[in-house]
Amino acid sequence: MSEATLERGLKAFREQMNAPIASFFSSCVNCGMCAEACLFYTETGDPKYTPINKLEPFRRIWEQEYTLWGRVKSWLGLSQPVDDELLEAWEPLVYDGCTLCGRCSMVCPVGNDISYMIRCAREGFVAAGYAPDGMKNASRRAVTIGSPMGVKFPALAAQIKHVEADTGLTIPVDVEGVDYMALLSSMEIMNFPEYMAALARIFKQVGITWTLCSEAFEATNSGIQIGSSDIAKELVNRIVVAAERLKVKYVISPECGHAYTAIRWEGPNLIGRPYNFKVVHILELLEELRSSGRLKTEGYEDARLTFHDPCQIVRKGGVLEQPRHLLNMVASDFVEMNDHREMNWCCGGGGGVSAIERAEALRLKVFKRKKSQLEELNVDTLVTACANCRLIIEEGLEEYRMEIPVVGLTEMIAEHLVGDEKNE
Amino acid sequence: MSTPVDFLLWVRGPGFDIALVVFIIGILIRLLEVLILGRKPDYAEPRGGELGAGLRTLLTRTLPEPGTFKRSPFTVVGGYIWHIGFFISLFLFVPHIELIDATIGLSWPGIASNLVDAVAAVTLVTLVAMLFSRLTHPVKRLLSGPEDYLSWLVTFLPVMTGYLAYHRMIDPYPLVLGLHILSVEILMVVFPFTKLMHAFTFIIARWYNGAMAGRRGVQS
Repeated sequence: MSEATLERGLKAFREQMNAPIASFFSSCVNCGMCAEACLFYTETGDPKYTPINKLEPFRRIWEQEYTLWGRVKSWLGLSQPVDDELLEAWEPLVYDGCTLCGRCSMVCPVGNDISYMIRCAREGFVAAGYAPDGMKNASRRAVTIGSPMGVKFPALAAQIKHVEADTGLTIPVDVEGVDYMALLSSMEIMNFPEYMAALARIFKQVGITWTLCSEAFEATNSGIQIGSSDIAKELVNRIVVAAERLKVKYVISPECGHAYTAIRWEGPNLIGRPYNFKVVHILELLEELRSSGRLKTEGYEDARLTFHDPCQIVRKGGVLEQPRHLLNMVASDFVEMNDHREMNWCCGGGGGVSAIERAEALRLKVFKRKKSQLEELNVDTLVTACANCRLIIEEGLEEYRMEIPVVGLTEMIAEHLVGDEKNE
Repeated sequence: MSTPVDFLLWVRGPGFDIALVVFIIGILIRLLEVLILGRKPDYAEPRGGELGAGLRTLLTRTLPEPGTFKRSPFTVVGGYIWHIGFFISLFLFVPHIELIDATIGLSWPGIASNLVDAVAAVTLVTLVAMLFSRLTHPVKRLLSGPEDYLSWLVTFLPVMTGYLAYHRMIDPYPLVLGLHILSVEILMVVFPFTKLMHAFTFIIARWYNGAMAGRRGVQS
């Protein structure tokens, strides 16, 4: 990260300005309805968390520099400047108080994609030096070590050994010319290695050739979360270089929300060209294998269970129906939450919020939204497809003393594989 | 402009011309300001099309998302009532249609004047209620600045002066009619420089929202 200054911040804001953002700011009539879609407002009742309010610094840049009347107002000295004080005051709203979940973008009557604007506004904040320490440190570790949690390849190699011992299967590493290169999130490597085991078992059954890459196994992208395109580009590029060197046809995005946004939707634009491979989310791949009859499972989960839609995979990622089909394949009592699919409520820890230590109390407070969604259903198990959601939900459930196990969908599928020695 | 009739003649003549020029050129400038910014090419392989999804969102956002409606029914219902009331009063009042016919040669059937009168009354009451809500609801109060209140005022005045003129509540009639026309001209002049512009830019905003989501395979 180059040295952050207000000038760099203002420049970054200007670089983000485009026709969609100008049309959004032009259209906002301050009706306040976005507040009702945001769990930071609904759970705290504090109007400062109204999504469009989080954009005040960016709005001022737009008005003062991109509208005729705004320029006249500035010239007459009638405008309030965007200065360090303003950015410092807004930093907690833009980072701690927004998970980039995108629910507000679904309800705005004039059609403003507010979460997209906040994603863009973060570029200005971080360039001016106003980003939370937790996220800055995660980004620094991602760039220097290769993972936001500081996980290096030897740590992954150790987990691979464990998984190989557990499953009796080989986890391929750095194999050239296979079809698929799988990515992992640090959280999966350290907290949920079951995911890696599940991949090995499923891919063995369906006969997919795959590999991990020792130089690019990390899927998460702190640059996307903190709002630094430079960092985001560096991290995406590592994956692109590795995938093209190994000549794989597909890169598999793991059970991690923002990793999918980073590699699938933002990545090609960060590096300025399309990839020479395709990116698939693991749920997309599994659903494709299911619908083509290659993925075979047996037995059903008896537990009453529901699915938590990770915002970046579902609402912002477009993987909506796949988890439903997959769940119905292995669960006999799958029920939907009241608001689900593209209208689901965030766990409260997305968009990098989980990396901000000072935001913990707020995060647990807004988790009450998920808590009440779960209470309405009275389920035994919660299934999701994002390691970050999973950890945040586990912490929230513990805080509110709710005993609901949280399971990854890929793992659950692997538990039901036909012909898997573990099931025999 | 020494007499009410002189005043009426001015607002119907030069005053209207000035307002119309500012209105049209202002809107064109504002739309241009948005559109010339363009957007960068998107290299991510699309999952769905932009055009159809954008057009669908343009229509579907006219109805509120059910959960949000439940949480802010007043804003939604109040918003519908006064917008619809305003358009009925503007476009279905026979004297307005005659004026439009005389100006640009387009006409359509109107509705009974006493019905427009009732609609205008409801619109006025709703606009006052919306202002009250803006002043008291914590979210709206925090968001609102001088521009929001100015936008409210210049929207309210044409309906109010129209109501006064229809009922001849100010004497002489040319004065109240002149005030009504003047209030419309103020609205036209203020329009391009405030968030009243949303009446045009919402089309662009909704389209982009729907297109950007549609590209990812989500109907927003």
